[in-house]
Amino acid sequence: MPQVSMTVNGRKVSGEVEGRTLLVEFLREGLRLTGTHVGCDTAQCGACVVHVNGNSIKSCNIFALEADGAEVTTIEGIAGKDGSLSVVQAAFQTHHGLQCGYCTPGMVMTATSLLKENPAPSEAEIREYLEGNICRCTGYHNIVKAIQAAAAELGSNRVAAE
Amino acid sequence: MPDGGIGASTKRREDVRFLTGKGRYTDDYNRPDQTYVWFLRSDVAHGRITKLDTSAAEAMPGVVKIFTSADFTTAGGIPAGWQIHDRQGEPMKEPKHPILAEGKVRHVGDPIAAVVAETRAQARDAAEAIEVDIEELPAVVDMRAALEAGSALVHDDMGTNLCFDWGFVEDNRDAVDAAIKAAPHVTTLELVNNRLIPNAMEPRVALGDYDQADDQHTLYTTSQNPHVIRLLMGAFVLSIPEQKLRVVAPDVGGGFGSKIFHYAEEAFVTAAAKVVGRPVKWTSTRSEAFMSDAHGRDHVTKIELATEKDGTFLALRSTTLANMGAYLSTFAPSIPTYLHGTLMAGNYKTPQIYVNVRAVFTNTVPVDAYRGAGRPEATFQIERVIDKAARELGIDPIEIRRRNYVTEFPYQTPVAVNYDIGDYNALMDKLIEIADVAGFPARREESAARGRLRGLGISSYIEACGIAPSNLVGQLGARAGLYEAATVRVNPTGGITVFTGSHSHGQGHETTFPQVVASMLGIDAGSIEISHGDTAKVPFGMGTYGSRSLAVGGSAIVKAVDKIIAKAKKIAAHLMEAAETDIELKDGRFSVAGTDKSVAWADVTLAAYVPHNYPLDQIEPGLEETAFYDPSNFTYPAGAYACEVEVDPETGVVTVLGFAAADDFGNVVNPMIVEGQVHGGIAQGIGQAMLEAAGYDENGQITTGSYMDYAMPRSNDVPNYKVDHSCVTPCTHNPLGVKGCGEAGAIGSPPAFVNAVLDALNSGGIKVDHINMPLTPSRVWAAIQAARA
Repeated sequence: MPQVSMTVNGRKVSGEVEGRTLLVEFLREGLRLTGTHVGCDTAQCGACVVHVNGNSIKSCNIFALEADGAEVTTIEGIAGKDGSLSVVQAAFQTHHGLQCGYCTPGMVMTATSLLKENPAPSEAEIREYLEGNICRCTGYHNIVKAIQAAAAELGSNRVAAE
Repeated sequence: MPDGGIGASTKRREDVRFLTGKGRYTDDYNRPDQTYVWFLRSDVAHGRITKLDTSAAEAMPGVVKIFTSADFTTAGGIPAGWQIHDRQGEPMKEPKHPILAEGKVRHVGDPIAAVVAETRAQARDAAEAIEVDIEELPAVVDMRAALEAGSALVHDDMGTNLCFDWGFVEDNRDAVDAAIKAAPHVTTLELVNNRLIPNAMEPRVALGDYDQADDQHTLYTTSQNPHVIRLLMGAFVLSIPEQKLRVVAPDVGGGFGSKIFHYAEEAFVTAAAKVVGRPVKWTSTRSEAFMSDAHGRDHVTKIELATEKDGTFLALRSTTLANMGAYLSTFAPSIPTYLHGTLMAGNYKTPQIYVNVRAVFTNTVPVDAYRGAGRPEATFQIERVIDKAARELGIDPIEIRRRNYVTEFPYQTPVAVNYDIGDYNALMDKLIEIADVAGFPARREESAARGRLRGLGISSYIEACGIAPSNLVGQLGARAGLYEAATVRVNPTGGITVFTGSHSHGQGHETTFPQVVASMLGIDAGSIEISHGDTAKVPFGMGTYGSRSLAVGGSAIVKAVDKIIAKAKKIAAHLMEAAETDIELKDGRFSVAGTDKSVAWADVTLAAYVPHNYPLDQIEPGLEETAFYDPSNFTYPAGAYACEVEVDPETGVVTVLGFAAADDFGNVVNPMIVEGQVHGGIAQGIGQAMLEAAGYDENGQITTGSYMDYAMPRSNDVPNYKVDHSCVTPCTHNPLGVKGCGEAGAIGSPPAFVNAVLDALNSGGIKVDHINMPLTPSRVWAAIQAARA
């Protein structure tokens, strides 16, 4: 079986995979990083979103071998080493942007990407960006609120830094 | 009162693990040396298996064993948990539901064989090498056709596709017929409550493990009620006594009803783990979920409302066909009957009501409870026919509701239930305020200026939650009690572990239950932990569904804490050499009334476990109590909802502009969580009304088998919601005065949405009486074209 190597959450990892092994399978079953979830099999739900070389990607939609040599960040790599939540994670908790938690890792990864690309998104822009992430619990209201709050906080942090 | 008690919007403690990828969902569990199973499922709706040859597949790499029905000859069928009796008093038809198909397949997705292999991919590959021939039979899909003479039979030995023909209350049938015949006005509506697929985001998973040395079975499963699974699977399917079977339901990624039921895959992995001598794991794909998770709703109904000319309701008659699918799922028979018929009074004092439901077998996936379960079906009929009656009679839709609201409580309905308390006018007043109904005409004009039709839809709802008084449901055919259990274990240094039979799969019990206990004891909620979801830890439990966790599970916790307080007071009295009746508990301290003597909570708990100075002649050491709570009535949350939409008359596209909900949930423990529950329910209701429908073609093939075809609500399909729960009439019969909030949003919102679209069309001069859900652009456009033709 072919060998694949990549950097996941700052750690160099490698393992044997089949050609058909998906990146999400390598993360969950190969590395036991079970924070990344599988909610569908048609690349629709977004529960499996991770960052590959800085871009949001549905990890059910690429083979592990396609990520050979890549820098991968999963939900396990978002909080600080001391366990402190990122601004986006903390906003989801404060604004009750999650219930069962299953779509949450994908939501946090997508929201983190959004705020990197667009630091001050409108509500419509947030809703449009989340189009590829399905949540069945929250009705999206509090997810949108959480992302708006995170954007405001990151914005004021930037102003303070300048 | 410490921080974080009842009424505080405490942040959820479980969120930290969910937000950091440390959740422990069933698929995150792996056992040493585990194998994987792939089910070969029927790709036809109805047929006879004429050949099933697994020999080639058995030779495939990694295959451990291939199972067919021949491996389960001693197992029982998957049981139904509720028995309905028909209008003649005869029990419902109850066909066997085997773990793997026995000779016949009855729906697309019916499992035929199961391949256990070293890897999931190998199991899947081998399943494709199984040779199976199926002689296709005519598929029974349409319910009306299923009941016609000469229809193909889903179950040959039943001789009919009719599961039961139920009348409620049967003795009222003739009186209701007569009242409708004599009425000055009758409004009739034929409607469909569309079939839905629950779609919790976590697909189902089952992992079976067997310890030969101790003869112990363990099942890890995505369940809302692990004890119910242990009971049904252990007693009826696999004959495993409770003490030899542990069922664990860890973090569960949403349920909405679909994870109440005992499924064949759970029985399979439990049994197969013993046969192959290794753990067996099954993880559903989403595609499998569409054809193996129980579906919801699927009613075809004729509703007739008889009124005076002034809109006073006189009588209501509801005649429904309810789809059961191919087999009876766990609670399927109870949904269109006792969870639907009993709610047909709605919020109104309709004096005469009769409900007839014929439940029908078809070659489709079994249908069972989905968020609301019977109550959305009842509410939709009532609230739609009222709107139509209002239009016919020229009465404002809010006014006709007010004229008929129940205003005096307790209120005995003609359909068996007794509403203990409520204030429906106050809810409507609140709704009018938060939805800014007064500003609607101006908003409508603004839309009209852009060529759009704006509509405002109103609905009221009532539901029966806090399921349920065991003696009552026993009389109605339930094969289980519906109490809840809790154990409160106080540790020596004063911290507490609460073991609850309720199960959290998104509801936030780990946060809210400590709020309740903290308020009772006056200690910090942070020193209280919740344990749930494991039959080896929790004494017993009926689980979470029917908005019952706080009303029933929370009440069991309250009862157990009451016992703890009573015992702790005895200990405190001994420590302070005072009379027990003089002991008061406040802010975590026990004091002697009228004195300055007191001892801290932790002094008492330590004394209980280090009983050196202790009334051992009167009470035992230790501080742990268990309570079972069986409710004396249902709870009756109620609300008034408003939906505001804009319709593009040229394309039929509907945009939801606003949604307001005024709910009475009784007392509220954590407002933030309650509001979140309502948001989610509304989104599911808008999903049902605007987007979602499980489709079958005439051959019984599922036409909505993935998220490419089944339209889940996405972030840009739904608006922000205005929700209010300030109208409070506390439940009169449980200790917390709570009613339950989980299902409300999904119950009240579909009629509000449909009423809004029809208001938009009719007010724009496009006369349309009804459009069946989901109101997709094509359906709305077609209705507009038909009205204009």
